[in-house]
Amino acid sequence: MSAESRLDILTRINRARAREAQPFVRVPVRPSTRPHGDVVEQFAEYAAEYRANVVRVDAGGLPGAIRDALAARGSERVVIPPDLPTAWLPAHLPVTGDQPGTTDLTAFQAVVTGCAAAVAESGTVVLDHGPGQGRRALTLVPDHHVCVVWEAQVVDGVPEAVARLAESVRAGRPLTWISGPSATSDIELSRVEGVHGPRALDILIVGD
Amino acid sequence: MTIDLFITCLNDALFPRTGEATVKLLERLGHEVRFNERQTCCGQMHFNSGYQDDALRLVRHFVETFRDAEAVVAPSGSCVGMVRDLYPRAAEWAGDEELLAEVNALTPRVFELSEFLVRYLGVEDVGAYYPHRVTYHQTCHAMRVLRVGDAPLRLLKNVRGLRLVELPAVEQCCGFGGTFSVKNPETSTAMLADKVQNVLSTKAEACTAGDNSCLMHIGGGLSRLQAGTRTVHLAEILASTEGEVFA
Amino acid sequence: MSAGGIVPQRTFQEAARATLANAQMRRNLQHATTTIREKRLRAVAELPDWEDLRIQGAAIKDHVMANLGDYLLDLEAAVKARGGHVHWARDALEAREIVAGIASSHGAREVIKVKSITTDEIELNGGLAERGIHAIETDLAELIVQLSEDLPSHILVPAIHRNRAEIRDLFRRKLGAELLTDEPKQLAEAARLYLREKFLTTKVAVSGANFAVAETGTICVVESEGNGRMCVTLPEVLVSVMGIEKVLPTWQDMAVYLQLLPRSSTAERMNPYTSFWSGVTPGDGPQEFHLILLDNGRTDVLADEVGRQTLRCIRCSACLNVCPVYERAGGHAYGSVYPGPIGAILTPQLLHLENKNANTLPWASSLCGACYDACPVKINIPEVLLYLRGKITEDRPLSAEDTLFKTAAWVMSEPHRFEGAIKLARTGQGPLVKQGAIHALPGMLGGWTDTRDLPAFPPQTFREWWRGRPAPAMRGTEGNAQASEGQPLAPQREERSI
Repeated sequence: MSAESRLDILTRINRARAREAQPFVRVPVRPSTRPHGDVVEQFAEYAAEYRANVVRVDAGGLPGAIRDALAARGSERVVIPPDLPTAWLPAHLPVTGDQPGTTDLTAFQAVVTGCAAAVAESGTVVLDHGPGQGRRALTLVPDHHVCVVWEAQVVDGVPEAVARLAESVRAGRPLTWISGPSATSDIELSRVEGVHGPRALDILIVGD
Repeated sequence: MTIDLFITCLNDALFPRTGEATVKLLERLGHEVRFNERQTCCGQMHFNSGYQDDALRLVRHFVETFRDAEAVVAPSGSCVGMVRDLYPRAAEWAGDEELLAEVNALTPRVFELSEFLVRYLGVEDVGAYYPHRVTYHQTCHAMRVLRVGDAPLRLLKNVRGLRLVELPAVEQCCGFGGTFSVKNPETSTAMLADKVQNVLSTKAEACTAGDNSCLMHIGGGLSRLQAGTRTVHLAEILASTEGEVFA
Repeated sequence: MSAGGIVPQRTFQEAARATLANAQMRRNLQHATTTIREKRLRAVAELPDWEDLRIQGAAIKDHVMANLGDYLLDLEAAVKARGGHVHWARDALEAREIVAGIASSHGAREVIKVKSITTDEIELNGGLAERGIHAIETDLAELIVQLSEDLPSHILVPAIHRNRAEIRDLFRRKLGAELLTDEPKQLAEAARLYLREKFLTTKVAVSGANFAVAETGTICVVESEGNGRMCVTLPEVLVSVMGIEKVLPTWQDMAVYLQLLPRSSTAERMNPYTSFWSGVTPGDGPQEFHLILLDNGRTDVLADEVGRQTLRCIRCSACLNVCPVYERAGGHAYGSVYPGPIGAILTPQLLHLENKNANTLPWASSLCGACYDACPVKINIPEVLLYLRGKITEDRPLSAEDTLFKTAAWVMSEPHRFEGAIKLARTGQGPLVKQGAIHALPGMLGGWTDTRDLPAFPPQTFREWWRGRPAPAMRGTEGNAQASEGQPLAPQREERSI
């Protein structure tokens, strides 16, 4: 059935003879013209507007910030991607390295990951599930996501982020774009945070 | 300059005072006004109701009538919208290249009254006097098809004695829509009810706009409620002076 | 139960009456559309190049339409290269059978679903139910619609017509939820508890697709609640149904739509979650992926030069939120899973302009143009409405209305006939006129005078007045405004009637 349908649909498309009115020109990505400090500042502001808890630290302060973020929500059972840099974590923090196929993610309250990029214009963090980010379910099932963003990972606009992620996509990696915690506005358009995804999102922005 | 008045069929038959006001106003500003008696209707009613073949007849008639005009001015955003926005469509859909060329040659010379005054003539103070509390309804076609912007408001702000009150939800359609008001009278009425409430909330003595079709609709609702607020075409306010109250 | 389809059971006018008569529903709708309208304007104003983005958004889609076959073949090849399966469905029935076949091959009695208007279009839930497979909607609003055996009334917020009290009662009844209040937070929590177990235990999930990138075989699902992530990540098998017009040429093109879509739909800078995947990722997410490419009337729309732009639609629903007709009549009046202005042009076209009820939809517009201004991909909805009105009128048998319009055109094309007609009307209106206005008209025109007065024809037309003016030489019109102010006008015979 499908082969016949395929041929039929393709034939109809050819017969439709849709033609372009004008030659198509793709507009190149507009480069950011702002100092990077302003870009990072706006990312922090916009992510916070979408109810992410945003903290800015320097590299030395990262382990402490992770400890504080977990403690603030009482998250004790913590899972991490197996390749998360250990230097990020506070000493003596009990964590479990995720083993896809065996780890029961419902047993954990929180997850700590890195990211692939962040977007100032929209307050978004993007995971390409590469090193330090884990499989997709890892940042979905536990109720609290602590996400580490390095200042150099923050770009100004969506087009720059898309350009930066092109390599990951071409490599066949999935992407997850996250802008604040899970939310719904389905009931009378009033916003409720935390439906199915993590109800709390902490973004730790680390200075270089 | 010499201005050819396109009065529109609705104004001709039902609202002649608007035409008189337009003549008076343009002449007061020092222009020669002509009225080509060959003119009838722009064809919008037909085109919008699905009778595009029949509309084409009226498109051709309009083009023949005004072909040589220096400027065609109409006191109706809707009819000018038809000419400028939809005449090319009508010609294209009919596959009439010759008509399309003629339409494209003519349409840049066809103007709605307020945009003609403000943008083309550069006049914002037309020397009018109208001592009333007035609210302004922005008609859809003037706003979204012709993009007249704040031209009508600039004119109204310069009318001596006039107190302009802002109309809430000014961007919302009054619900007329030509055949829409007859084909879907309940929905049209629901839209009108909100518009009428908004007009009444301004406590204005008069509601004005650049189009008598919308005003006929809003006025029809106000009249049924015996609300006391009247509708007045913008041209009639602009034509009014201390010496002569026009509307 | 069946969620939707695209075949209206009544005319727009008949279907609109229910909502127009329901004060509660109208309040819900007005509140929702007004809120989101204002929010959208702010979200759009933040991007300085919004107009350029719209132009790009339209241009990319037009380019896709001109090369649709090639891009679909590229997409198919890329998805297959990444371990996915690709199916082609000519119509709703074929698409339903493919989904059912995949579910059955895994012995699934239940599937979980991400909100997808395309699966509503093909009435997937009903089709699966016939084969003993229960589809569970996981989007909060879709769940509300499903549990109440209702129909969606908005593309983005399908339960926009329901308020919190109604939803609380529904959840108490259907989910056995112990709800103390009708706070949206509590209601969302009840849905979370019910669905979490489904996400973790169901083997097969079905989604739509907001976009698909031909170059890389990447599918995109845009959402807010996380139910989408759950569905495309946790089950073993994922089936995505997409209309053939959703394909984009390159990954970089996503940038345009990731800016246009969230700001136009939920009026946010970005929606909370967007998922992208390309075929199957070893060790991460479903290990079996099926993409169904659906035609269902789209190639016919493609073949129409004017109607084709409808296929640019990215289902943002901005046109619904700005539409004054939608705001009053509600989504159900459109009788299709595609309501509002876009539905008024898409539904009749998908049905080849052959469905009598769907053919009333192009008239469900006052042609105010707000939809065209709001559309992020510049679909000239008013233009398509007019075009469809023309095609529908042309194709149907001659009616009394047709005769009226045709006669009118004949009259209007000659000034002397036009003038004669006015004189005739002026004489004929006599009995209808009371205090200068007409309060009741017979027949079809009675729809107007039920709620509105009409002005009566004044005793003199403009052209009669013009002829009666003194010659220009006697008027002294040359000169400035001051000089001509005192000029007498032709005598006015009667006040305007309104």
